[in-house]
Amino acid sequence: MSTVKLTNVNKTYANGAHAVRGVNMDIANGEFIVFVGPSGCGKSTLLRMVAGLENVTEGDIHIDDERINDVSPSERNVAMVFQNYALYPHMSVRGNMSYGLKNRGDTKEEIYEKVVAAAKTLHIEDFLDRQPNQLSGGQRQRVAMGRAIVRNPKVFLFDEPLSNLDAKLRVQMRIEIKKLQRKMGVTSIYVTHDQTEAMTLADRLAVINNGRIEQMGKPIELYKDPKTLFVASFIGSPQINLISVQFDGNLLKSGKLEIEGFKNLPTDENLVLGIRPEHLRTNDNGPLRLKIDLVEQHGADNLIYGTLIDAVSEAGGDLEICLRVNQKQEPQIGDVLKLEYDHENALVFNKDTGLRLV
Amino acid sequence: MKRVQFSHSPIPYLFIAPQIIIICVFFLWPAAQGIYQSFLLEDAWGLSSQFVWFKNYEDTIFKKSWLQSATFTLIFSFLVTVLSLAFAMLLAVKANEVIQGARTYKTLLMWAYAIAPPVAGLMGNLMFNPLIGDLYFFLNAMGWDFNHKLSSFDASFVVILIAVWKQVSVNFIFFLSGLQSIPKSVIEAATIDCKSSIRRFWTMTFPLLAPTTFFLVVINITYAFFETFGIIDTTTGGAPGGSTSTLVYKVYTDGFRGSDLGGSSAQSVVLMLMVLALTVIQFRLIERKIHY
Amino acid sequence: MVKINWHTLSGHLILIIGALFMTAPVWVAFMSSTHSAETLFRDGLQVWPGGHFFSNYNEVLFEEGGVMKKVTASRMLLNSLTLGVGFAAGKVVISMLAAYAIVYFRFKLAAPLFWIIFMTLLLPLEVRIIPSYEVVAKMHLLNTYTGLILPLIASATGTFYFRQFYKSVPEELLEAARLDGANAWRFFIDILVPISKTMIAAILIIMFVVGWNQYLWPLIMTTDENNYTLVIGIKQIYQVLSEGGELPQFQKAYALTILATLPPVAVVLVFQSWFVKGLVESEK
Repeated sequence: MSTVKLTNVNKTYANGAHAVRGVNMDIANGEFIVFVGPSGCGKSTLLRMVAGLENVTEGDIHIDDERINDVSPSERNVAMVFQNYALYPHMSVRGNMSYGLKNRGDTKEEIYEKVVAAAKTLHIEDFLDRQPNQLSGGQRQRVAMGRAIVRNPKVFLFDEPLSNLDAKLRVQMRIEIKKLQRKMGVTSIYVTHDQTEAMTLADRLAVINNGRIEQMGKPIELYKDPKTLFVASFIGSPQINLISVQFDGNLLKSGKLEIEGFKNLPTDENLVLGIRPEHLRTNDNGPLRLKIDLVEQHGADNLIYGTLIDAVSEAGGDLEICLRVNQKQEPQIGDVLKLEYDHENALVFNKDTGLRLV
Repeated sequence: MKRVQFSHSPIPYLFIAPQIIIICVFFLWPAAQGIYQSFLLEDAWGLSSQFVWFKNYEDTIFKKSWLQSATFTLIFSFLVTVLSLAFAMLLAVKANEVIQGARTYKTLLMWAYAIAPPVAGLMGNLMFNPLIGDLYFFLNAMGWDFNHKLSSFDASFVVILIAVWKQVSVNFIFFLSGLQSIPKSVIEAATIDCKSSIRRFWTMTFPLLAPTTFFLVVINITYAFFETFGIIDTTTGGAPGGSTSTLVYKVYTDGFRGSDLGGSSAQSVVLMLMVLALTVIQFRLIERKIHY
Repeated sequence: MVKINWHTLSGHLILIIGALFMTAPVWVAFMSSTHSAETLFRDGLQVWPGGHFFSNYNEVLFEEGGVMKKVTASRMLLNSLTLGVGFAAGKVVISMLAAYAIVYFRFKLAAPLFWIIFMTLLLPLEVRIIPSYEVVAKMHLLNTYTGLILPLIASATGTFYFRQFYKSVPEELLEAARLDGANAWRFFIDILVPISKTMIAAILIIMFVVGWNQYLWPLIMTTDENNYTLVIGIKQIYQVLSEGGELPQFQKAYALTILATLPPVAVVLVFQSWFVKGLVESEK
């Protein structure tokens, strides 16, 4: 039962790379925090600093009001689940789970009880005497989790723990991790580059880019109300449609395409209009025209990919966009659809600063 | 270097100490002494010595016997390397192709790795022994007036044959593992693209084995320079007239039998420089190896 | 009608010739070692077994004056074993420790020490043989196992094998162990050594063979018959043979050859897959 506090945390490597830049964060007791961002954005480095596997160049990390910058990893009382599980290959499941307790000096009886209890929670009590190489990927994942929970840590740290699993198992384990965390109520930090995982697991989500927190908040806030172009394009699947435009005081223009209905935008800046695929609808009176290139059938709904007529992409070519429609609609490739969009859900960004205007 | 390491403390010094102490006493000290000695001239009794700069180098290296030995070493190394690599590659390619008996062939072809060069030398020598050697009788019956005690060509033939015999197994093991590491899909793709198996070997297998071959060339040259000592010592002993004496063998005979410490040390230093050159070449090749 | 596959057939033919070429000399040596001196002298080398197996090997192994003036082949066998095992074990232990320091620690002298170790790869014992002899003589280690083994261990090949292996161990293993509260020594003993088992076995096998087969160094530094290894004994018996005089004892030379060959060959054959793996992996 613990809180974690990061104050102006920076990490600079010996080669000069500035991996983490001025991160501030307050994590409440029992909260499930997810760090999400593209690879190399510094999210893993940040997690590893909390674990004590990387030194903090500048700033402070507190767990429960205790500054832990200089506390050794094993004394921070955190547990970590690694992407490749990092199970000790020569030890049985029981050996893997007991190793930390043994080093801590727990008695044999204590260790035995704790291991069995943790194994029961994770449904791996039948595998306790097997070696890691006799287990499937999902079972290894559970053992890695077991090694973490058996120590009853103050904080759980997850470093992309599901990326080595196949798609089906990933969804299943995702649900289990969430349930387990709820049940145990342990403060958790979870790193992933998968935005679906991030959205579904997080109490609060931190989108990290280039060593900085772009935005932090509840998943739905980040989806509905992104503060930057980066957050808007990172959160949501399929990705948000982005149209480079300019404002002439009256209309948004992209090539020959003109869109009305916007006011009070700067006329001397490059802008980006962002519309999510689910906020586009077919309407015979709509202002946008789409030439269909591809239809993906997902069962419950269909995704239509096509070229936005008259609009010009950033590179000067055709502009491709995507919309989500009901599965009953089955348009043909080559057809031209007329579209309207939800005006209240349309987002406008400054293209150069990335900041949101509307 | 690992991303995460244990930090400063005396512990790493304790771990590395045994190795460093042994190296200092049994490597650096002798090496330094060898270099120092190469600049000294000792009198016949070893009682006094005098610093003579490069005189030892001039006296030994420009001598006919050293140049003869260097020439022999080069020809010897070249022939041993080329012959044993070619033979081993042929065997490895075939062993990789056959299905029946593959395991037996492999075992029979690789086991000679375990035989010491001087033991191989002795076995070969007895084969060519004028009293009982079958090969000696055979070659003479074929009309070759064979006598490796008198003819330097015949002596070189014996030494090279045994040196090749001893080295085939190592090369075979590496070639076979190189062949087995070529992905099956690549071989299947090649079988579809190219009908002729000989063409397939030269256009696919051979280039893919190139990294292994480069590496083995260096290994084989090192072998021919140094490890063949035992073979030469148990077959010809450098005879006749020093014509089968490699540079290493000459260091030994001059230093131990001839008691010319300064000259022998000077030769050692020259050898060291040769090995250094070989190592530099080796590193160049390893860099290239990365591209495959 | 069965179609003859000439390609496969020629492949087998080449392999059979190769296998014969590689095994025949040893076979002939073995068979000849089971005949009497007279037979060999009269009829040359033998390809089928003779009736003197036990008497020849008994004489060589156990009788004083059987091969040398005093020392028996069983004594030389013991010396060879000591050299092979001592060399292999010493090398593995020392290089594991050194490689651990190099790969897993950051310390001030890491770079210079690494270069000192690296340098030993460049200069084989053969080129510094005479000064090495003088150093060992000065330390009064001639004719001792210590003096025999330690200079051979000075080359750091083993350290580089283990360095390569440690570098391939996933980093997360160390991180997990650190979170589990393992210190440097515990990580080494509890995690690193057990997961290096196969590697250790493979290197032990190769180094045993390399140690057993050492020739030049033992030749120079053992002056007392009692310290001869089998491989050195071969050289001595050959000198006796070429001196002439009485009936040459070829069968003894062959028996000694077989004794010197058997243990390393047995090790390589029994542990064939480990041996191949170790040899190939270690050179990467």
